[in-house]
Parts: sequence; C-alpha cells; structure tokens
Amino acid sequence: MADILEPLTWTCPVPLRDQERVVMGHGGGGKLSSELIEHLFLPAFGSQALAAAPRDSAVLDAGSTRLAFTTDSYVVQPLFFPGGCIGDLAVNGTVNDLAMSGAVPLALSTGFILEEGLQLEVLGRVAEAMGRAAKRAGVRLVTGDTKVVGHGSADGLYVNTSGVGIVAAGVELSPDAARPGDRVVLSGPIGEHGVAIMSVREGVEFGTRVDSDSAPLTELVLAMLAACPGGTGAGIRAMRDPTRGGLAGSLCEIAEASGVGVRLDEAAVPVPDAVEAACAFLGLDPLHVANEGKLVAFVDPTVVGDVVAAMRANELGRQACVIGTVTDEHPGMVVGRTAFGATRVIDRPLGEQLPRIC
Amino acid sequence: MKYLDEFRDPALARRLLDEIEQTVTRPWAIMEVCGGQTHSIIRHGIDQLLPDGVEFIHGPGCPVCVTPLEMIDQALEIAARPEVIFCSFGDMLRVPGSQHDLFQIRARGGDVRIVYSPLDAVRLAEANPQRQVVFFAVGFETTAPPNAMAVVLAHRLGLTNFSILVSHVLVPPAMTAILDSPVSRVQGFLAAGHVCTVMGTEEYDPIVARYEVPIVVTGFEPLDILDGVRRVVHLLETGESRLENAYARAVTPQGNRTAQAVLSDVFEVCDRSWRGIGIIPQSGYRLSDRYRDFDAGLRFGVAGLTVMESPLCRAGEVLQGLIKPHQCEAFGTTCTPRNPLGATMVSSEGACAAYYQFRRITPPSEVGSRG
Amino acid sequence: MCLGVPGRIVEIWEDRGTRMALVDFDGVTKDVCLAYLPEIAVGDYTIVHAGFGLTRVDEASARQTLALFAELGLLGEELGAGEGGAEGARSQRREEALP
Repeated sequence: MADILEPLTWTCPVPLRDQERVVMGHGGGGKLSSELIEHLFLPAFGSQALAAAPRDSAVLDAGSTRLAFTTDSYVVQPLFFPGGCIGDLAVNGTVNDLAMSGAVPLALSTGFILEEGLQLEVLGRVAEAMGRAAKRAGVRLVTGDTKVVGHGSADGLYVNTSGVGIVAAGVELSPDAARPGDRVVLSGPIGEHGVAIMSVREGVEFGTRVDSDSAPLTELVLAMLAACPGGTGAGIRAMRDPTRGGLAGSLCEIAEASGVGVRLDEAAVPVPDAVEAACAFLGLDPLHVANEGKLVAFVDPTVVGDVVAAMRANELGRQACVIGTVTDEHPGMVVGRTAFGATRVIDRPLGEQLPRIC
Repeated sequence: MKYLDEFRDPALARRLLDEIEQTVTRPWAIMEVCGGQTHSIIRHGIDQLLPDGVEFIHGPGCPVCVTPLEMIDQALEIAARPEVIFCSFGDMLRVPGSQHDLFQIRARGGDVRIVYSPLDAVRLAEANPQRQVVFFAVGFETTAPPNAMAVVLAHRLGLTNFSILVSHVLVPPAMTAILDSPVSRVQGFLAAGHVCTVMGTEEYDPIVARYEVPIVVTGFEPLDILDGVRRVVHLLETGESRLENAYARAVTPQGNRTAQAVLSDVFEVCDRSWRGIGIIPQSGYRLSDRYRDFDAGLRFGVAGLTVMESPLCRAGEVLQGLIKPHQCEAFGTTCTPRNPLGATMVSSEGACAAYYQFRRITPPSEVGSRG
Repeated sequence: MCLGVPGRIVEIWEDRGTRMALVDFDGVTKDVCLAYLPEIAVGDYTIVHAGFGLTRVDEASARQTLALFAELGLLGEELGAGEGGAEGARSQRREEALP
C-alpha cells in the first residue's frame, strides 16, 4: 500500500465512534487510513482489489518480467521546506515505494492539480526540482496530466506520481516475510523530514538546522541486495521506508503482517539532537515522526553483517545499524527496551501526532 | 549542562534504585500528581524498575482527562459557529464531547486551529478583526500564566474579537479531595514540579500538616522521578510527614511572584467540576470581574450547557486511585483509545490510555501487583 | 499536564511592551515570551511551557542534585566492597526501620 498523503498533516488520532465524514486522520497513514482501506475501499473494490499484505508497491507479473507499481499523492504544506520541496518529495517518495519491493524504477507519471492564481514561477521551481530528483534517482518522467481548480479549491498545488519498476529475478521482499531471529536494520538517523516540515508550518514555526532527508533509496537497496549470497537479497525479508507514522509505524506494520513480535532497542536508534529537542518541546515521540530518505529492513542474522557493511559503504547508509530483533513472543506487537532496561509497547499513531502542552 | 541528558543517566538511575530498594521494608502507594510525570514513568518504564510493593497511583493531573464533558460540549458549540476561529492546544482536539470532537467540527466546516502558545491566538485575533477568535484555556497552574497573559495583551491591544473559554483547575484542592476520600489509598505524593515553578511550594505546607502526608515536589526526567520516589519512600519509612523539594533547580518556595500577581488580577478562584470526580470546591479559575468581557462562555451564551457522562466509565475511580484502569469492565473492550468512553483513555497521559498503550504486554496479574 | 522543556536564552527584545526571547533547545530555537521573568538574562536557562518562560533554572542547584545522586550507595560500597556490602547495608537499615 503506497502512501496517500503527505506526512504530518495535523489529523485526528482519536476519531469518534460513528464517523460520518472524512477527518484529516483518514489521510494520516495510521490506523484510520488502514481502516478506510479495509472497511471502505477493499469491500467496494471487491474481487478487483489486490488484498495482500499492505506494501509500498504492488508486484505484478508481466510475462517473464515482474513489475512493481505504485502511486502516491503529495499535498505537503508549505510547498518549500528546509532540504526540499513538494517536487523532489514527489519523485523520491514514489521511487522509494518501488525500491521497498526491491525494484529498479523505470518510469514515473506526474499529475498536477493546480490552484487558479498560482504563480508560474512557483510551479517552475517545483518542476525543476522534479527534474533534478528524477535525474539523481535515474528514473524518467514519461507521462503526465495537469488540471486547474478554482481559487480556494486547492492549497497552491498538489502532485501525484505513479511509478513502475522492474523487480529482478530472485528478489523477494514482502512485509509478511519477517521471521523470529531476524535482525532489524535501520539506514540512518530518524525524524529529520517531519521536523523540517514542522519547523516551517504555520502556528508551530521554530528555527532549526535540520533539513528534510528526502532522497532516493534505490542504490542503497541494490547494494543491500547485492551483499547477500547470490546477489538477489536472499536473507533480506522485508523493507519499509518509514514515512508517515514514522519508524514505529513501519515496525508495527511488518510485525502485524508477519505475525511476529519486534524487540526494539531504543538506545540503538539514532535520533539527531535537534530532532530530539523539537520533539521534546512539541511533546512528540521521534519514533512517530516521518522520514523520506530512510529504510528499515528485516534481515536474516547470518547475512546482517554483510548487509550493514554494504549499507555503510553507501552515502545514504553511513549510519546504518541494528536496532532490534524479531521474536515469536508478543506477535503483532513492537516492544521497546528503554535505556533503563524496562520495556514499553510501541504503537503506531492512530492518525498523526499533535503538538501538546501536557 | 543542558538539564535533560544529565537527568537521564542510567548509571545514576541504578544508584537511586538501589537506595530505594535498601530503604523499602513494606508496600507503599505513591501518587504522581501530574500527567507529565505519568508519561515519563510509562515512557521510561520506571514503574517496572521499582521494588515490589512500591506502587504508582496515577493522579488527575492532565487537563485532557479532567476537563468536564459539558466544557467540551461548550467548546464544540462555539467552534461550530461560522464567525469563530477556535484555537486550542493540540491535546484538546482529541477529546470526545457527548456527540462530537473538535476534529469532526472541523470536518463539518468549523475553523479549528491548533496553537502552540495562547499568544498565537491573540495574533490571529489581530490579523482577523472581522472574525471572533476564541481560545480554549485549559490546564493547571502552569498553563494559567500563559493563558492569563493572552487576556492581558488582548485587553491592552483593545481587541474586542478575542475571548477565552476557561476551564482552569488547581492542584492543591484536588490533592485535598483525594485525601478526604475515605477509600483513598494514597500514602505520599510526588507534587507536580512545573505547577510549583509558578505557585511555589508553600501552599502544600497546610496539606502536609493537616493530613500528615509526605509531599515531594518532583521534576519530570527519569532521575527526577526516582529521586522523588526515593524521598517519599524515605519519609514514609521513617514516619515523617514533610514537604521536600526534589526539583530545586526549577522550583523556589515562593514560586514566580510576577506570574502569581497576573493570575490574581486576571482570574478568581471558583468551584470547578472535574471530569470523573465531580465538583471540587475552590478548585479552579474563572475570569475576574475586570476581564469578564473576555469570557467566551458568556459571550456565546453556552455557559449553562450540562450533559451526562457514560455510565460505564469508571474514570473517576481511576483518577482517585481507587481502581487500576484494567479493573474497569470497559477497559480494552468497549473502551479503547480508538473508541474512548472517558477522557482518561484519550490523552497519552491519561491513566487508562497509558495502561492500554504501554502495558498490553504485561500480564494483568503482574500489572495488578506492580502498578 | 505541563510539558516544560529547558532551553538557553540567546537573545532578548521587547515586542510592543512585551518581553520576548529567542530560546535555544539544543539546536532548535523558538520565540518565547518572558513577561514572567523580568530579571532573566541572555545565557540563562529557562523552562518553557506553552511559549512562556516560567522559571530560571539554577545551575548550582542542578549540579548539587547530580552530585548527591553520584554519592548515593558509595558509602555501602566502601564499607562492604560491592554487592555483599550493599546487602549488608540493606538488612541493617531494615532492622533500624522496624518499630
């Protein structure tokens, strides 16, 4: 299941019983989003829906080739933020959803919904950012569509990108494949994208040197796959890019899909000081904050050393580390071991996190 | 010195825990008054580290949990009006009223905004002179000075389109109410450190004297909480009832006099209803006569609204430490964070939500014996 | 209730008669109202709640508290060298505490 909306929109973490209308939380990537899919979309789509474990991209057989296919819409506000803009986010996000299936991206489509009155200069900057990001990610932008809606009907501009990629023979990554004994590997420090966005969001603004970590993960993934025996990722079970819902969300999704428990060593998770500080005064948990250039992988213990070494040799995996293990205890649940040797259950956010005073 | 990492040192935590273990000879029930402390306890797993028998009772120190249902409904009624920009701390958006919550009001077209500081709401009023800006002023003594300053500034700026819906509560009367309860199990308190930065510690002296109960003013980092427990346990074991300050780096006996002066100008003490507990005399603030014009309840004519709580919810007993959350029949069945019956299941500091989120892994038997 | 975070005051100014400051929380900065801290100065730490500084953090007191924590248990270790010593101290104190 691909991401639908931008990370960290303020949304509803505790919705009401008898929900009659869409609330922001339905796009937040948490439990509410899942419920919408499970209770509204899948029943309505019926047998035409691919009701597999939730994944970042679908893998389809096309003759002798396997195609990964995904779509994602970007509604981030503001359009420009430290370290990026809606344009590079739209390219990297979709490229990464393909990469999480082990796919090499082939081509992306670009769909724009523009608000009447938008400065063409702004659109130009977004488009240029997309071009640069596509070049960096080695993917072509091959088809597109542009619609304009009346003034006030959209927040400047929205972008949708869909992508197809090719999954090499032998590569089998699936969120339901984690097994007890697997190690959990994280590619680098968490929370940068979410904190960068919040720092420029109306009503919360704060000063920070943190930039969004938005980046294409394809090369990192290919290096990981190549580091395994046979070169096709044997021993890497599952991968996820922890966007909305943060690291906690990704770990919970894989624990649930695989029916295993995850033991997270909280002290091993790298959190930049500024992310820690921003989360402290907003009352947020860094584990719930969005990333756009990180991945978490579930890896067989016999190959984890090689995989981590390969990650560290890649620019985007320099700080790769093992943050936990998979267990047959507490299936479907992620349990953190605190710095004090105690434990706590780590849940994914219901909708999304709100700055709080208490 | 950054005053954070230093107070999260696991090695020093071990020393404090050893000291507690060496002091304890029998079970003790200690209430941490503040929801922020509850959060820290659960977040770091401090309750699991204490010796058997030393038990935390999670206190009523969370505005999300104790703001009465009728106040939420008043907020929802005001927020639904087309001329209103309704501003709130993020915490309150999740709290269910009897029909809706603020998110649903927003989904129906209400202009509901999250602010970090009440001054942001004042700025919104300045920037939108044709709209009515209403701020939901909840919280304890810590939050009262920021909210009071918003009113002072609005007054100074001559803003006629700014008002606040006041649901402020005070800590000492709640502690007294708990101690007056014939079934209360609380033997000592960790007093809320940030409340004391404003109010000082002097108002606890009469409580210590009257109820012969040890009270230790306590901070929020893991070492702060362990030190609070260490001191309370020591006082309990030696039979001393005394007020101690374990948060001396931030709290002085007299508190913040400047803030206290503004509080007594802007607010006056009144009876307040606490969700799940009922009316506690002289336990809250309302706007003083001088600033009554800024009262959103009066301005929008919603002050009379009253409603009933869910009969299934035993949050009141939880807040008073009479039962553990999992001892409520609705816990985890008809009442979950996704579908809360009472406010204690809403806030992550709420005792019920804290239990639900963080303790699902612990067998109920163990939860019962530990707290 | 009452999320309060310590931060260092970097800069102080007046905004239409209200005392304001830029506060640094270890790499993140935020405008904070200092109306309740008329005496506090640049370089001091304050605890911030809902955009307001509420108290000055006293460094000497913080150091004293940490030094006290560091000393805890040392007496027992010196007396009995390690675990046994701590055990001995414990049983001794338990006897003392009994009526």
